[in-house]
Amino acid sequence: MLTLHPKVSVRPEPFGALLYHFGTRRLSFLKDRRLLDVVRRLDGTVSLDEALADIPPGELASFRSALGTLEQTGMLHHPATPPAPQGPRT
Amino acid sequence: MKLVDHFATGLDAPICLTWELTYACNLACLHCLSSSGRRDPRELSTEECKAVIDELQRMQVFYVNIGGGEPTVRSDFWELVDYATAHQVGVKFSTNGVRIDQAAAERLAASDYVDVQISLDGATAEVNDAVRGDGSHEMAVRALGHLQDAGFRDAKISVVCTRQNIGQLDLFKELADRFGATLRLTRLRPSGRGADVWDDLHPLPHQQRELYDWLVAHGDNVLTGDSFFHLSAFGSALPGLNLCGAGRVVCLIDPVGDVYACPFAIHDEFLAGNLRDAGFQAVWQGSELFAELRKPQTGGACSSCQHYDSCQGGCMAAKFFTGLPLDGPDPECVQGYGETALASVGGREVPRPTGDHSHKGGVRGGPVMLTLSTRRPDRQPERACEENPLAGLTV
Repeated sequence: MLTLHPKVSVRPEPFGALLYHFGTRRLSFLKDRRLLDVVRRLDGTVSLDEALADIPPGELASFRSALGTLEQTGMLHHPATPPAPQGPRT
Repeated sequence: MKLVDHFATGLDAPICLTWELTYACNLACLHCLSSSGRRDPRELSTEECKAVIDELQRMQVFYVNIGGGEPTVRSDFWELVDYATAHQVGVKFSTNGVRIDQAAAERLAASDYVDVQISLDGATAEVNDAVRGDGSHEMAVRALGHLQDAGFRDAKISVVCTRQNIGQLDLFKELADRFGATLRLTRLRPSGRGADVWDDLHPLPHQQRELYDWLVAHGDNVLTGDSFFHLSAFGSALPGLNLCGAGRVVCLIDPVGDVYACPFAIHDEFLAGNLRDAGFQAVWQGSELFAELRKPQTGGACSSCQHYDSCQGGCMAAKFFTGLPLDGPDPECVQGYGETALASVGGREVPRPTGDHSHKGGVRGGPVMLTLSTRRPDRQPERACEENPLAGLTV
């Protein structure tokens, strides 16, 4: 079940949210408040489809793509999977 | 509104900030941006530092870049690092390596929330020690060895790029690879004692090109703290924000609790307030200076330049401490406008950094640049009443 990585801190912002991964020291931006809501619903008890239930069908592809990026960079993970490779940092 | 515009207008809390814990330092680097050396008796106490950390935790500041001075010489350094990481405030700290012995390295290797940057300004002892002092290269390399032996992964080697070390970029990369570390290159600013040596140390125009090409070739494998956005006017933008974050997404807390717009701008002009008055958040959110910095900036003399969108006029601190107007070109403008602007400054007095904690009389084995002038011959005395013939000399 896809869920937020325990080493990720989420800070809501007017434009969406900032995510910081303490393991990879990588910063990510959520550019939509609704994406933040989806990420918050991914608590390990709901499926991806359930978390995306409120998103209009026309926008589902872009939301899935954003979640895919978050998974690739280790912000979201399936518990008990190995840590993600490090990405660009400053 | 684009994401970068949100950053330009400022966030409710910084993403990260620089926190200099002490002005005390065992070294006396020629280009120290905070003119460090001696401890300031007014430095924040352990309890005051913990209260700051509590506040950063409430504001969800993800991490602090701890520096100084040499932060590890504070007797409560490890206590504060542990306190921060226990309160969800990550720590990256910069050190010359003086206290990174085997025990310290093992302690660091055991934590996921602490990152270490070892400062080194020459890939060889010859180049490094001329700026940082005798034995400082060996000290840094010894610390890197301890970290590697302890299994600390991905330490950073932090290099201030100078005229003397630009030719060593490949050597730096090899050194980093040898220790399983990541190279971090940052820009020399004419801040602190750096103002006295900037003319002799800052990269020459052809070296800027060399640096830009090297950064483009190495991409994400080399960190820069986004400090070279003025080089983006060469062509495609470098990785990173390419935006001056001063007072918008970053700031500096100095050892006595003064909050400045950025670590390179320790001057009353960029002082937003002191956190001893009403806390850090009050300064970050209420400072008139920060409100001003978050307003849309005009390019001034640069606005008609086709490269303004990529370089944003460069670094505020670099302009200020070379006597240039803040809405004009960077002194190291890669299109050459900085040199013209600097020529027009002529003999006018340039602002001096506020405060000086340099060691009186230097330190044993400290760097001495006998072969280079430490002042521009055309500059006025720093103060009209200064009669000491040695005024302004660092030797």
